[in-house]
Amino acid sequence: MKDLSMHILDIVQNSITADAKRIEVEITENVSSDIYRIVISDDGKGMTADFVEKVTDPYVTSRTTRKVGLGLPLLKQNAERTGGNLAITSEVGKGTVVKAEFRFGNIDRLPLGDIAGTIVLLAAANLNIRFIYKHITEKDKYCFDTKEVNEMLEGMPISEPGVIRFLKEMIKENLQEINIAG
Amino acid sequence: MGQVKSLADLRKIKDDLRVKMSLRENSNNPESLVQIKVAMATCGIASGAKQVMDFFIEELEKRNIQAVVTQTGCMGYCFAEPTVEITLPGQAPVVYGYVDTKKADDIIEKYIKSGELVDGIIPVNYETIENNKEEK
Repeated sequence: MKDLSMHILDIVQNSITADAKRIEVEITENVSSDIYRIVISDDGKGMTADFVEKVTDPYVTSRTTRKVGLGLPLLKQNAERTGGNLAITSEVGKGTVVKAEFRFGNIDRLPLGDIAGTIVLLAAANLNIRFIYKHITEKDKYCFDTKEVNEMLEGMPISEPGVIRFLKEMIKENLQEINIAG
Repeated sequence: MGQVKSLADLRKIKDDLRVKMSLRENSNNPESLVQIKVAMATCGIASGAKQVMDFFIEELEKRNIQAVVTQTGCMGYCFAEPTVEITLPGQAPVVYGYVDTKKADDIIEKYIKSGELVDGIIPVNYETIENNKEEK
């Protein structure tokens, strides 16, 4: 994966497959403690403790179309490469939390990439799922919630091209305001 | 720098958008629309499925074609990613492989606009690994 937003797109796909109705992506930047943290949590069907153990093994996957699953292993590799780690907690029937921690200043930490486009794309392609995106920097924080967007839109779908364009710009501008790192 | 956009601004542009929407043919029936599914699992994302999906959303609007663009999981053609499934109204779905923005442009111009098939079709059989094994 070229950047962190692609990893996020990939991992969120797991949540969608797990029938989640609410998916939250939270990014925390902490320069002083040298941490860049991404937490993706959902209310999907969850995994058994046994499966969680094995899930970062590339040859373990719940899918049937092919026998390898590289999403989590690749994220784990990229996190560990910076001196960080990947932690997964899950409960059957409750949901799953995937937490990836990177060393902020490590040269191997991937840039964030087009996070605004990623979040809006997910929201537009999955209208029945509530997406929440929080980004916390040392300066301030920003929270995007499709529930609020839908209240504003009063029935117009997020997938409407004009809405997509507006939301992308809105998220980008707000992220600039809180001085996110690249 | 000017004022940062907020959701309140969305309310303002919403009415304009609604006018545009109603100007377009009013079809709430998804059966009558072109349906595009971009495969977005690890394999697809890593080979550029997001750019392809962005391209479809933007270009279809510019070219005034009504379509539903959504994402799907891995269809099992990881070797040919990014893959895109196109369903024209009333027709069987067609899966295209190795779709970059240039190919996507071809697909819109030829296949979606006039039904002319474009190179790069993957024959679909919807069989999974497990099914295959049972047969053998």
